[in-house]
Amino acid sequence: MSDTLRPETADQLLDTVKWAVSEKTPMEVVAGGSKRDFGRPMQTAATLDMSAMSGIDTYEPEELFVTARAGTPMQELNAALDEKGQQFSFEPPDLGPLLGAESNQGTIGGIAATNLAGPRRIKEGAARDHVLGFNAVSGRGEVFKSGGTVVKNVTGFDLSKLMAGSFGTLAVMSHVTLKTLPQPEKIRTLLVCWRIDGVYDHGAMKVMSKALGSSHDVSGAAHLPAAAAAASSVDYVNASGGGVTALRLEGPGPSVEHRLEALKSEIKDFGRIEELHTVNSRTFWEEVRDVRPFVGRDDLEYVWRISVPPADGSRIALFILESLKGEVFYDWGGGQIWLGLKPVVNAGAEVIRAAIANSGGHATLVKAPADIRGEVPVMQPLSDAEALIAGKIKEGFDPEGVLNPGRMYSGI
Amino acid sequence: MPKPDESVIARRAELAAALREIVPGEGVIDTEEELRAFDCDGLMAYKQLPLIVVLPETTEQVSKVLKYCHENSVKIVPRGAGTGLSGGALPLADAITLGLGKFKQILDIDFENRCVVTQPGVTNLGITQAVEHAGFYYAPDPSSQIACSIGGNVAENSGGVHCLKYGLTTNNVLGVEMVLMNGDVVRFGGKHLDAGGYDLLGVITGSEGLLGVITEVTVRILKKPEVARALLIGFPTMLDAGKCVADVIADGIIPGGMELMDKPIIHATEDFVHAGYPLDVEGLMIVELDGPEAEVAYLVERVEKIARACNATTVRISESDDERARFWSGRKNAFPAVGRISPDYICVDGTIPRKKLAEVLERISEYSEKHGLRVANVFHAGDGNLHPLVLFDANQPGELEAAEALCADILTLCVEVGGVLSGEHGIGVEKRDLMGTMFTEDDLKQQQRVKCAFDPEHLLNPGKVYPELHRCAELGKMHIHHGKLPFPDIPRF
Repeated sequence: MSDTLRPETADQLLDTVKWAVSEKTPMEVVAGGSKRDFGRPMQTAATLDMSAMSGIDTYEPEELFVTARAGTPMQELNAALDEKGQQFSFEPPDLGPLLGAESNQGTIGGIAATNLAGPRRIKEGAARDHVLGFNAVSGRGEVFKSGGTVVKNVTGFDLSKLMAGSFGTLAVMSHVTLKTLPQPEKIRTLLVCWRIDGVYDHGAMKVMSKALGSSHDVSGAAHLPAAAAAASSVDYVNASGGGVTALRLEGPGPSVEHRLEALKSEIKDFGRIEELHTVNSRTFWEEVRDVRPFVGRDDLEYVWRISVPPADGSRIALFILESLKGEVFYDWGGGQIWLGLKPVVNAGAEVIRAAIANSGGHATLVKAPADIRGEVPVMQPLSDAEALIAGKIKEGFDPEGVLNPGRMYSGI
Repeated sequence: MPKPDESVIARRAELAAALREIVPGEGVIDTEEELRAFDCDGLMAYKQLPLIVVLPETTEQVSKVLKYCHENSVKIVPRGAGTGLSGGALPLADAITLGLGKFKQILDIDFENRCVVTQPGVTNLGITQAVEHAGFYYAPDPSSQIACSIGGNVAENSGGVHCLKYGLTTNNVLGVEMVLMNGDVVRFGGKHLDAGGYDLLGVITGSEGLLGVITEVTVRILKKPEVARALLIGFPTMLDAGKCVADVIADGIIPGGMELMDKPIIHATEDFVHAGYPLDVEGLMIVELDGPEAEVAYLVERVEKIARACNATTVRISESDDERARFWSGRKNAFPAVGRISPDYICVDGTIPRKKLAEVLERISEYSEKHGLRVANVFHAGDGNLHPLVLFDANQPGELEAAEALCADILTLCVEVGGVLSGEHGIGVEKRDLMGTMFTEDDLKQQQRVKCAFDPEHLLNPGKVYPELHRCAELGKMHIHHGKLPFPDIPRF
């Protein structure tokens, strides 16, 4: 049984990392544990539990930022923002249920460290675009910070971007500052319900491309093929009997009404059109955000998240499904493919990565049993030059490999 | 600046000959007369002749030049259009200035994926011009957009008046091709979103030419909003104006742009472009709202109401694109207008929390008196990005020094009130020595360890951004804190 260290203050956190460095003791960094099974399995002698470093330090709605300790639950933050009519615009997902954990366990540190984003990614960016600054302890046992609380900031290298998506392999953040933005007054979703038999994914790409290339400011564009649509808890979606393409419009009331009518007339020839109002819209987009179509699907042993040029989404997905058994659905206008696979050798990694080789992009094995995550590269393999840089960055931040060693790549 | 290496300077002819083997014809410049054109960037108070200027035309040439310089320990200063305001492209006496001015092709316009792949020497406005026939545009719009290059925008993480709503360069760049100092060509990002591993694209953006030389850029483009309208709002005090900025944001409105000018700017620009600005106000604000007609009409009304509640004395709403352009004409000509009332000026670039505006402006006027120099203020008010223009006459002994001291005071103040040293112009040479006001030694060392991963010999753009570059071997050393677990009170399980 490994040691679990649970610092409660920044000083204790520093002491903990210093101890790990001096003892050369690799640590798993964890807080809520919702994404503990995301990444490669690690051999760590100790666990650094950040959940006691919790709480909002500063929330200034007029200045559009919140600073919280890294172990603060997203649920607590979302509630605080909601009270002021604000939100995190990148729609941080809750991957807990997908990965077999409870819902609402995620923390601000985990969201930043995994650089996740929901459907609004296409308009508002990912966690990387919303982390304004942080304080951290590096794997050298040194306290450092980067960024600040303001959006416009070109003061030295942008380490916030580097920390976002580094899976805790470089430093342990103690405090994170995220941008906050006003909630939209009104939300509407247009559904295109496909009646054509067989393959309609290509048509969905066209609808989404048309909508995202319009001036209607679409803030969500997803396509659920029939199986995924049937799994939705929203009646209009699960009862459609076929695939459903969804387009979200948000903003001031009169604006949403206007854009809804304009967009409707532009896409009406593709299929039957339905509309979701606020409550159903919220539910639907949360389902997309949290990969709900694949939650509880024990037959889908592996879940991949594939990021590609949006117009290539259906071509790549259907190419993969020609040789592997599984299901897909699309977010980000086709640019993010969620792929659930039935048991297959190496989780289908070779087929998937070959499929995206020409278009560019990356495929991440989000869900798989630990032994498979140990054998198959979970993160998109790096080019030689990238691997060299990534290795040197790891060495610069965590030379002894005490923080989440091997979580992303062998040695990183 | 770092002391020039005389032994490299002595090898100038030999280096020029070797570089001509890589970049034939007129792409290698080494006569004093021609080098003169490259002796500064937009920070014109500093001038230095480069050792040699090389203007390659292909990625392969860039790669070979860097590889050669790497092998011969010759420093490189990358340069885009040379419009930067912080001295990021200031030449070094012992370094080659590598200009990307010949990389002028747009490579791919992809409306389906809503992006453009371009060479770095294309201007910011050039991208918009290439796609506007289809109703698209590239959102970040630095005021130098007619001249500045997209490669330079990536290096500086440029902003502009519309980044409040649409983000900075870093939020609008999807990918780059970059040549490392050893000549390796790498790609970060592409037409897809986000990185599969470390977000190196995010690190490159705003790295001021210290990590590599950008040879290709992929940016996202947006469909133009249906309409845009602007409100021109005059306030009796800057305090009222500052409150209006905060109240608009607090009301849940993120305008396309929200700019503020103080009295000296209002008068200087009105004399210059006759935009019709009211001259009896202390603060003048331009708020631009864009989107569908219905949204814009709705928000214009709300902003007007907020402005009136903040004691606005004049509120004018643009009724046409011509009128909107007229509202903006003064603001967009603020710098040349100030050039007419002062022989020289320095444009300061710091960011502050919005709520500190009034306090900061008051302190700036105190500093202005203390140093005996005039200051005029323009302000990207929506995101707290302040541009005080410090007016001076370089021909008067001591005035440049006084102006620089005044700038340093203002920037130190920005940090003191919770802001940062640079909002969009970068640190370069200009603000380098102030980095210590914002960062500790450990903060700066950790940033430099990123530099070591890309350019361990510090050959790329040395003397910029960081006051002192530590040797990478030194930075790599571990200080092990020996001993047992020094925290008996940490909960363990």
